[in-house]
Amino acid sequence: MDSATLWGTWELWGVLGLVSLATYVWRFAGATIAAHIDPDGAMFQWFSCLAYGMLAGLISRIILLPVGILDETPLIDRLAALAAGFLIFAAFKRQILPGMISAVGVFGVLAALRDFGVL
Amino acid sequence: MKPAGAFDDQRRAFRGGIAAAFRMPVWVVSASMMGFGSLARDSGVSFGVAVVSTATVWGLPGQIAFVELFAVGAPVLAIVLASSMANLRFLPMSISMLPLFRADKAAWRWRYLFAAMMSVNTWAMTLRFAPGMPEQHRAPYFIGLSATCMTVGVLGTGLGYYLAGTFPFYITVSLIFLNIMYFTFLFASVRQRNCLLALLFGAALGPLFHLISPEWGLPFCGVIAGTAAFLIDQRLGRRHG
Repeated sequence: MDSATLWGTWELWGVLGLVSLATYVWRFAGATIAAHIDPDGAMFQWFSCLAYGMLAGLISRIILLPVGILDETPLIDRLAALAAGFLIFAAFKRQILPGMISAVGVFGVLAALRDFGVL
Repeated sequence: MKPAGAFDDQRRAFRGGIAAAFRMPVWVVSASMMGFGSLARDSGVSFGVAVVSTATVWGLPGQIAFVELFAVGAPVLAIVLASSMANLRFLPMSISMLPLFRADKAAWRWRYLFAAMMSVNTWAMTLRFAPGMPEQHRAPYFIGLSATCMTVGVLGTGLGYYLAGTFPFYITVSLIFLNIMYFTFLFASVRQRNCLLALLFGAALGPLFHLISPEWGLPFCGVIAGTAAFLIDQRLGRRHG
């Protein structure tokens, strides 16, 4: 790797600094608010629900309406992989690993077949 | 898997966190960060920036937004806003995790550091296992878990960057997809009723709200799905499980 690839421009580091700060803002605002939340109270439960709702929304959006690299794969591949994963997940009494591996396996094979021009 | 709450002292809780990280999270983190490293190189981002972004941003959707928007030459403000919004989840996440450390006075002073070390992975595991631990064992467990994941994530990014170009497209895209599937099934295995409801509502509303507003869809989705789940769960009464 040459030094430009290794280090990059100052502008790029500046953008990274801003992106990092813009992420720390959420984390640190949360840490400040957390001081007023009772871990046994209803507010604590409500914020857990908000977090789960937002995460589920983000993940389902990435699967159905991706931007960037995942957008270069067909929707049907992502859905087939997801369906296979949930089938195995249910068959294995809701264990994470079998579900995840079969979903990624199906996705990877489909993506490879398309790469090789078989599909 | 033995109950994670059963540590004899703080040192063992710390080691227990490291051991928990090696059960599954580190494999997923290293694989998905290798995918990110490879993507970063293809996007024209330097090695240093890619690796440091894993430690400082420490959230894949935000990092992906950063490198992909940088690659297409988007304005700085657009890059910063998009990656910040993609990482908005850290706000409710830190509010719903950090109170678990409050009873431990020594740990509580480090809460901003904990917030910076938190990932979806370590958040979900801490939320599930920490309530069953004595208060003074929670922070060592979280630190062991998170520090291991961060270290592996940074190494994975570097390795993925170094190996980029040797990966065919289907490998890079599968590594990114692995991360998404890990979270899908990590959440599908959640058992608490109000959280499960929030997950179902969120999954249904997320894409819909994104179509209405790509910038503000996600926070609205979280608030509406989460609040509906919370209220319905309360209405259904105390029959968890």
